[in-house]
Parts: sequence; C-alpha cells; structure tokens
Amino acid sequence: MDTYYDPKDLGRFGEIAEGGGDLAKKFFEYYGAVFADGALTAREKALIALAVAHGVQCPYCIDAYSSSCLEKGADLDQMTEAVHVAAAIRGGASLVHGVQMLNHVRKVAM
Amino acid sequence: MEGLIQIEDVALDVARPAAGPKPTSSLHSRHVPLAEPEAQLRALHATTTDADFERDLARAGFARGLTPTRLEIFQINIGRLCNMSCRHCHVDAGPDRVAENMSRETVDACLEALDRTEAHTVDITGGAPELNPHFRYLVDECVSRGKHVIDRCNLTVLLLPRYRDLPEWLAGRGVEVVCSLPHYRRRNTDAQRGEGTYEKSLRALQRLNDAGYGQGDPTRLLTLMSNPAGAFLASGQGATESEWKAAMWRNHRLSFDRLFCLNNMPVARFLEWLLQTGNLEGYMTRLTNAFNPATVGGLMCRNTISVSWDGRLFDCDFNQMLELESTPTDAARAHVRDFDPAAFAARTIATDRHCYGCTAGHGSSCGGSTA
Repeated sequence: MDTYYDPKDLGRFGEIAEGGGDLAKKFFEYYGAVFADGALTAREKALIALAVAHGVQCPYCIDAYSSSCLEKGADLDQMTEAVHVAAAIRGGASLVHGVQMLNHVRKVAM
Repeated sequence: MEGLIQIEDVALDVARPAAGPKPTSSLHSRHVPLAEPEAQLRALHATTTDADFERDLARAGFARGLTPTRLEIFQINIGRLCNMSCRHCHVDAGPDRVAENMSRETVDACLEALDRTEAHTVDITGGAPELNPHFRYLVDECVSRGKHVIDRCNLTVLLLPRYRDLPEWLAGRGVEVVCSLPHYRRRNTDAQRGEGTYEKSLRALQRLNDAGYGQGDPTRLLTLMSNPAGAFLASGQGATESEWKAAMWRNHRLSFDRLFCLNNMPVARFLEWLLQTGNLEGYMTRLTNAFNPATVGGLMCRNTISVSWDGRLFDCDFNQMLELESTPTDAARAHVRDFDPAAFAARTIATDRHCYGCTAGHGSSCGGSTA
C-alpha cells in the first residue's frame, strides 16, 4: 500500500461487514432508504450528497455522486452550483467565526 | 434512378454547415476500420468484463435464448442520410450517406409485408427519415392503413426550407413525432449533437407546439427522447419527465407529452468516442454490472421487426447496424420482399455484448425505459 486512497476501494465498500456484519447491514439498509425518492427526489438527494461529499472532501463520495448526479439527469452546470453551495457554506463557516474574533478584540483591545 | 438523383440533391443541400450541426463526420466517410460492423464487435469482445449475455439471459429465465412475442411494431430505417453528424450516432449517419437510402420499390415491399402483420405501429427512423424522397408517400400509405405512425425526428431538419411545412403536414395525419433532445439545458445537448443544436431544437419544438403538438392531444403526440451525453446510464424517465416538463415550460414556454430515456449503445460513433476517450472498459463494466433481469421481458426486439434501407430484416436497429441479421428458420427469407410472418415469429433473436445497453438499469428501448 503506497497510497491512502485507491479508487478500487469504493467498489469494496461492502467488505466493511467482515468485522461483524450486523452494523454494516443496518447501515446499508439505512443508506439505501435515505437515497430513495421521498419528499425529495432521488436526483435532489444526489445533488445534496455531491455538495456534502465536497464539504467532507471524500474522494470516494465525489466519484460516486458525480456519476449518480449525471445518471439522475443533472448536468455539469447544476452539479457545479451544488459544489459552490458546499464552498459557500465552508467559507462562510470560517468567516462567520470572525465575529468571535471581533468580540475578543473588542473586549481586550483599546 | 429518379430517387437517387433526388437523394443526391438533398445530400448536397444538407451537407451545408447551416443545414445542421456536425460535430464529427461519419466513420464511413473517414474510411476507418471501425466503420465495419465486425471491427465494432471485436472491440466489444476485447473488453475484459465478464460479460456473457446468454448467461445473464438464462438467469432472467430465457435459457433457450430470446424469443419474440406478438409483433406490434414495424420499424423501418428508411436511410442513413442526415443533416447532422452527432457524436453518439449508432447509425453512423451523416450527409455523406447517399447510397444507403430506401428505394420506392423497397418501400412498397415494406407495405406489402406490413399488410401481412398485425403490427399497430409503423416506426420510421433514419438518419433523418424526412430526407428520403419517399417519406411522405410511406407515411400516407401507413396512415391510410390505420396504423399509428412515428416519425423519429432530429428537430433541426424541421428548420430546413423544404421541410418547413412538415409540422402541419404531420399533424394533419396524426403522426407521433419522437424528437431527440439529450437534455433540457444547453450544455449536454450541444456537447453531444453540436454547437447550436439546442437553439435550433427549441425553435423546431416551438413550430411543433404551434402545429398543435405536445398539448395532450393523442393525435398530436410529441415525445422527447433523451440519451446521456457521455459514458453513464440514462436516468429513470418517470421522475425525470416531470422535472423536464416544468423546466421546458418555465424556461421556454414549450410543452411536450412524454419523455423517453434511453441508454447509448456501444456501437458505431458512440463506440468510437468510448475508445478515443478511454471509457469503453468502464462503460461496458457499468452496463454489465447494471444488468436488470426485469428488463428482458419488455425488450423491444421481442415485439419489433426492423427493416434496413435495403430491405433486410433485423431484430432491432442496433443489430441492423452490427449486421446481425434476423435468423428465421429459413435464413433465405431474411428480406422484406420474402417476409414470412410465421417463420419470423419462430426465430431466435440475435444477441451479443451490445445488448447490455438495453438491459442496464431502467432498461432501454425505442419506447424508453422498460423496467
């Protein structure tokens, strides 16, 4: 093993059941149910997943949900907008902490 | 002879860049090895997937091969001439395909064969079928026989001066228009079919709407047909249709009746694109992994006869392009002028690796998803 991430490992996700299958089984059932059509369409959920995948920076998830979004009829423009949502929230999350910095500065500085 | 002169005249006209986007040219015009069906089948068999369509058919309950059901659809590929040259075309159509167009004699042989079937639908495809000089004659003859007629239209052809009356003409005969539109947004449409296609397609759809198409009238059916712009599977058409309808209305005030979603076939120019971009292996793996046994019962090859421009009989348009002829019990009858309904009904359908394109995911056919 000379790299932490191998694209082939995505297809081996199910092997996580090897060390005790009950939790894995429950997880995959839950996972499947989450992505089914519901109050949100499967396509909308795939776009959310793509944004979250960028938020958590999971390369497996980015590959998987790039394919999934395309197969659910989203195009590059729509997918890019979803990624910008992730970027805006991540950037915003940093910047809004600036108010904490400001509070501190106002307290201690003259 | 008269037909040939007419078609050469049409071909000159549609070869102009303004007549339709041409993001590539036909394999045929480039004389590349992949133009040959055998080379295409060899490329499919050179992939390392464990694809074995017969084994998977057996798993789906068809251990003795694929057999026909009642013949419902009489599909005629009237010619390979086209005013466009899309990158995914499984027909390898284009403005250079002058020779491969149905003669009046073969059209009449099709009509005689049609009269010996109980097919309720005549599905006319191409190329751009409207470019064949006998297209209107064929439509009129089928309509007078009470058949439901489908024109598989690339949309841009409707903007050419000599075909501008077609929306009204087709509407007057109750012909269903099934149009190619990869996506309701510009990017994927132009990527697959060429720069400017999206704009032209919207103008053509407006003309069809103006002629009464796409408003829920069963005699003015407007169906959109979407296939992926790349090496991934088609979306399920149920959920996608409502999204498309809302978006087409919101963005363009255009309406249509139905959306069909179908997979791209690893044949001809889409196969070339897969090879050139290093996507063939991955795409074949995607197709075979997504084999869905529930799609097999409703495969279009089971209720369809597919006639080529030169009158030969096939199980589907894809087999036609790969030269996999229908194999009725008497092989000599695989021509439309010798059509024998009983022998045709007793045949075993020819299959190969490309068939995974119709059995993957939601299933795929000329009528859209099958599962």
